[in-house]
Amino acid sequence: MQLSLGPLQYLWPRQQVFDFYERMLNLPMEVIYLGETVCSKRRELSTADWLELATTLARQGKQVVLSTLALIEAESELKTLRRICRSEGFLIEANDMAAVELLASQGVPFVCGHSINIYNAQSLAFLIRQGARRWVMPVELSAATLADILQELEAQQLKVETEVFSHGYLPLAYSARCMTARYHQLPKDNCQFICRDYPQGLPARSQEGESLFTMNGIQTQSGAIYNLLEQVPRMQALGVELVRLSPAPTGMEEIIHSFDAARRGEPVQVDTSELTCNGYWFAEPGMIFKSGTSL
Amino acid sequence: MELVCPAGSFPALKVAVEEGANAVYIGFRDATNARHFAGLNFAGEQLSQAIRYAQDRGVKVFVAINTYPQPRGWSSWQNAVDQAADLGVDALICADMGVLEYASRRHPGMALHLSVQGSATNYESLRFYQRHFNIRRAVLPRVLSIQQVAQVAAQSPVDLEVFGFGSLCIMAEGRCMLSSYVTDQSPNTGGACSPAQHVRWQETPQGLESRLNGVLVDRYPEGAKAGYPVLCKGRFEVQGQVYHAIEEPTSLNTLELIPKLTEIGIKAVKIEGRQRSPAYVKQVVRVWRQALDQFRAAPGAFEAKPRWQQALDKVSEGAQTTLGAYHRPWQ
Repeated sequence: MQLSLGPLQYLWPRQQVFDFYERMLNLPMEVIYLGETVCSKRRELSTADWLELATTLARQGKQVVLSTLALIEAESELKTLRRICRSEGFLIEANDMAAVELLASQGVPFVCGHSINIYNAQSLAFLIRQGARRWVMPVELSAATLADILQELEAQQLKVETEVFSHGYLPLAYSARCMTARYHQLPKDNCQFICRDYPQGLPARSQEGESLFTMNGIQTQSGAIYNLLEQVPRMQALGVELVRLSPAPTGMEEIIHSFDAARRGEPVQVDTSELTCNGYWFAEPGMIFKSGTSL
Repeated sequence: MELVCPAGSFPALKVAVEEGANAVYIGFRDATNARHFAGLNFAGEQLSQAIRYAQDRGVKVFVAINTYPQPRGWSSWQNAVDQAADLGVDALICADMGVLEYASRRHPGMALHLSVQGSATNYESLRFYQRHFNIRRAVLPRVLSIQQVAQVAAQSPVDLEVFGFGSLCIMAEGRCMLSSYVTDQSPNTGGACSPAQHVRWQETPQGLESRLNGVLVDRYPEGAKAGYPVLCKGRFEVQGQVYHAIEEPTSLNTLELIPKLTEIGIKAVKIEGRQRSPAYVKQVVRVWRQALDQFRAAPGAFEAKPRWQQALDKVSEGAQTTLGAYHRPWQ
């Protein structure tokens, strides 16, 4: 089982990004996803910067995957996508069907990110035939569904790598409107990159103070951190090849070490000092948390 | 442009047909469509009757099989596709790739429309679905500005249908999991956004509270009009401020865009609201029929009449309407 660092969801200052990946090099984690998946307005790192960073990290022994925008609405975004899809030497993660179209047409293998709606074996088999080499299960799907899908795939003798989002704020929705800019009463077209002020998003609570969501520009995330640390043995039993950890501004080393310990069979326990959830894995509402290693 | 109208029940279907719909869209009484609510949708004899009623009057019938089956439920979706084909409906509205693949291979003569739940917001995505499943039409998510819609239309390999009126979905449709985060169902998995069985209303000293699976979505002072608790329309606290952090309850209304939509080549306008009453359907379809007819009669002189707007406001969320994302500054 490999550990992967998912694409950075937030807008961090340029130097912070480079420092972060520098720190990641020495950690027991094999795969790194790079690129902007949330908002095309973000400019701390250009496409060229991401490609250069990819080359640097790959030279240091990490498997680097270039990730792409989840919600593609503009011609300029398609242009950026085409440029990334043409780059050689890296696996590319599709988060919108436009990327699947480009990559499948080019006949190159690709990764289906969790924003590609794969809910059953038929859809997955179809995408495998188009060139999907790896898929990241949609975050709202459960262990039971995953087991069913993998079983059907095996019966059809189809091979694909399975990756599961296992730590971080869950990407739940993408909108036309930028909620961070809106909070500051700024229009999206003159947002002044205000999301940079929130290195881990902007929390939104109910009127009773219950944590609900995290606003990250046009993306809405969960209010609680999804954490499948205690489910690593089950994932290994199911044949999950990669466990995805989402970049956080602090504590990333501890997160990676804890999942490394889990995959090596050491006993682990979820740190619930921060609001944590794992409901989706159990086919429950995403926001709940079930402790223990049942299922 | 074709006027495509929602029919969640036989009375609503009849009214839509009477008021001048060119097509109606319906769902079966199960989780294969994204408006899987109690009391809604069609089955058995009523299903056949409804289809005949519409088609006998020259109105097309589209069946929405637009949710995403998980392995255990696969056969229900497959059966729905077969049943709709046997019933001779005019098109299936689908989203899941497995379902589209099955429908296109097993029933190659059946017209397939890509549902808004397919979340295709650009022409490259549309090319994919057209190439592999021969879709004839796609419904665009409501996240695009009118300029972006025009760009998609200019390059689209298929006809386009856009939402013209109804509840506004603020998130890219087909990839929104707010509902399943709080309840155990999303439109994709259970065919419901904010499923009714998890909704609770409670009068308290602080006002009327609406909850979804226990989560407080909003509080209404006495006399205020309360809306159905969908999470994106809730009032939340962000760093001390309580407001509609995501979106105010409002309805989409693109009546004034009829000339522009026609100009960019949009094939059909979709009215949202299979979960709405026959009275809603009657009001909305009547106004839109008048508007479209008036435009066709005198394209250069089209103006959205105030009385049309008033009639639509009456049946709108929050008693107000917006152009939504079509209007760039709104974003």
